[in-house]
Amino acid sequence: MAEFLAMGGYAWYVWPAYGVTAIVLIANLLLPLRHRRHLLRQLRTIARQRTHNGRP
Amino acid sequence: MSESQTDDSLSSARRGPWRAAFHRLGSPPFFYRLSGRLLPWFGILCALAFAAGLYGGLVLAPTDYQQGESYRIIYIHVPAAWMSMFVYMVLAITGGIGLIWRMKLAEVVARASAPIGASYTFLALLTGSLWGKPMWGTWWVWDARLTSELILLFLYLGYMALQAAIDDRRTAARAGAVLALVGVINLPIIHYSVEWWSTLHQGPTVTKFDQPSIALSMLVPLLLMALAFKLHYVVSLLARVRGEILDSERRAAWVEKLLVES
Repeated sequence: MAEFLAMGGYAWYVWPAYGVTAIVLIANLLLPLRHRRHLLRQLRTIARQRTHNGRP
Repeated sequence: MSESQTDDSLSSARRGPWRAAFHRLGSPPFFYRLSGRLLPWFGILCALAFAAGLYGGLVLAPTDYQQGESYRIIYIHVPAAWMSMFVYMVLAITGGIGLIWRMKLAEVVARASAPIGASYTFLALLTGSLWGKPMWGTWWVWDARLTSELILLFLYLGYMALQAAIDDRRTAARAGAVLALVGVINLPIIHYSVEWWSTLHQGPTVTKFDQPSIALSMLVPLLLMALAFKLHYVVSLLARVRGEILDSERRAAWVEKLLVES
């Protein structure tokens, strides 16, 4: 395992490359999901306010 | 509004089933529902491809006789670089479709693709730099391959800045499409740069299909990672497009219905 992590002495190049890639790829999936959830909540609040105000 | 819709579906039905299917796919509520159903499946496939590709690339593939273990950066560098160009093609083509046929969904796909493509380009540059330092002794050189890939990043960022600067989405889509189409000239420059100019960057290893200069045990994980990146693009694109559709259709009747139902 230690040998695997050492990457033949290139650990400081290989793992940062994989680490940043993982962060960027995961952020690309999470941000749009969060944005949509946020938007749905916002639209629902607007719709509720409109029914309270008695407008269709 | 409803009149023109009936007109549309009538004329498209008359023009044949393919045309009708195309029109249906282009309708925001239909695409929203379809993509919602497909998204989890693409997500599972994507995770599987990443698991297999990473295991093959980091564990099973042998050490390179020249570059040692540092070559393992190839499993993210090359797929990211391929996708940086592929997504740009999608951006230009969907931009063109939006420009010519005013197809709303194509405009949305173009708009949603830009940040994803920009992040692949960023990753290609970053991982290339982290690979270049131990192999070439430098993080960066101003040679043709690296410079044209950097220009690709600026094209993406310029496109995104343009989208953010123009409030009307449809105007923004048209302006962006022109920029994207002009920028297509950069793609062949990136691809052939290693042949046209002398460079530190190594030549093509995989796309010489007659005789790829890479061992099969190294090639298979690379292709798996390329598949994983492509699926990642599909998943993040669908997720982004759903948000964009919801946002731009917020006053439409089907969105109101959706809000009541869920």
